[in-house]
Amino acid sequence: MTGPARTGAQPLTADEVRARVHALPDPELPFVTLGELGVVRGVFLAPDGRMEVEFTPTFLGCPALSEITAAVAGTLAECGHPDGRVRQVLTPAWSTDRITPSGRRALAEHGIAPPGPTTAPRPVRIGLGAPCPNCGSRATRPHSPFGPTRCQSVLVCTSCRETFPYLATV
Amino acid sequence: MTTTETHGAREARGDTAGFALLAARLGDDALVLGQRLCQWITRAPTIEEDLALSNIALDLIGHARALLALSGTLDGTGRTEDDLAYGRGDREFRNTLLTALPNGDFAVTVARQLAYSHYAVLYYEALAGSAEPGLAACAARAATEVDYHRRHADGWTVRLGLGTAESGRRMQAALDRVWPYTAELFDEDDLVARLAGTGAAASPGPLRPVWRERVHAVVERAGLAVPAPRWEARGGRQGLHGEEFAPLIAELQSVHRQFPGGTW
Repeated sequence: MTGPARTGAQPLTADEVRARVHALPDPELPFVTLGELGVVRGVFLAPDGRMEVEFTPTFLGCPALSEITAAVAGTLAECGHPDGRVRQVLTPAWSTDRITPSGRRALAEHGIAPPGPTTAPRPVRIGLGAPCPNCGSRATRPHSPFGPTRCQSVLVCTSCRETFPYLATV
Repeated sequence: MTTTETHGAREARGDTAGFALLAARLGDDALVLGQRLCQWITRAPTIEEDLALSNIALDLIGHARALLALSGTLDGTGRTEDDLAYGRGDREFRNTLLTALPNGDFAVTVARQLAYSHYAVLYYEALAGSAEPGLAACAARAATEVDYHRRHADGWTVRLGLGTAESGRRMQAALDRVWPYTAELFDEDDLVARLAGTGAAASPGPLRPVWRERVHAVVERAGLAVPAPRWEARGGRQGLHGEEFAPLIAELQSVHRQFPGGTW
């Protein structure tokens, strides 16, 4: 809401707005963008002429929701759409499958083991076998199913003995 | 046939007042249980448990926010989730007595989580087929989240049951304490009967045998006895709560009372 007003300038197109919204950092994992996380569902000009951004929360109670909403609304205003709308869309539900390859690389570079595919057979899905982001060892085991944020669990590496967060596959 | 079905579907979708009441019940269950779990923060047995219980509480409060906001939209009053959470008196809450039960020792909290999360998985999965799209979407998302909580409760029930003589004794006592409060989750009153009758939303009643089967399997795996209480506690769905409820709500609403409309 606090972005500079683009007085006199043409409002940006949906494609341009989309690029800016995709580039916004996630409030809890700021080295990953909203686009990489796969939470942006649609950016389009609604029939009433207002720019609309739809996004899907990772979890219903994700505490970053209001920050994401405010950041997107601010971007809309900066793009010449002060009357733009930000809407949460719950279906289809977000899944870690929506994280892009560059998002996965960014997570790994910051010590968070990226999630495996949800299409993997059931036993793999509980989070066994993510390689250690510190030493690369595959000898890791679950430590706690709950971690520093709701979307992360904690694994422990039996080679270097470090614990590390893992973006739990959902 | 086709016209009857179309009429039925319209009738099912059209019961917005009914959906609003149902969403408020579910939201109140989630809010009150989430608030109870928050009382464990900094007091859980280990740092991992502190994180686990607070993460579960966070999920539940997230479910409450979505469901209460939906309720305030559907009932036409335009009340927000905050209006409903902070602006109602304790007798206006419609949560089951189970969700407000005091935490007790860690085993009591685990037993309460076991009962609630198995119920919530089943009921949310059933409500994902509701004729109200907002309710269906919330339920579908919440079902996967409470299933994660269910695994946590299953794991602890078995670990405590098979742990030491003392942990087994406490887990058994916890199940005995919580079990009389589980019946109310499945009660079929006029509201759920009406919604189920038109196909608008599933009733929790028929889910009870499946719940029993699943929960009993966990209790047996834990080497414990399934309680057979001779009484059932109910009243929360009518707003008749236990004496421990008003202080819980007073604590929940205390900041809002001191700083009405405050933002930070």
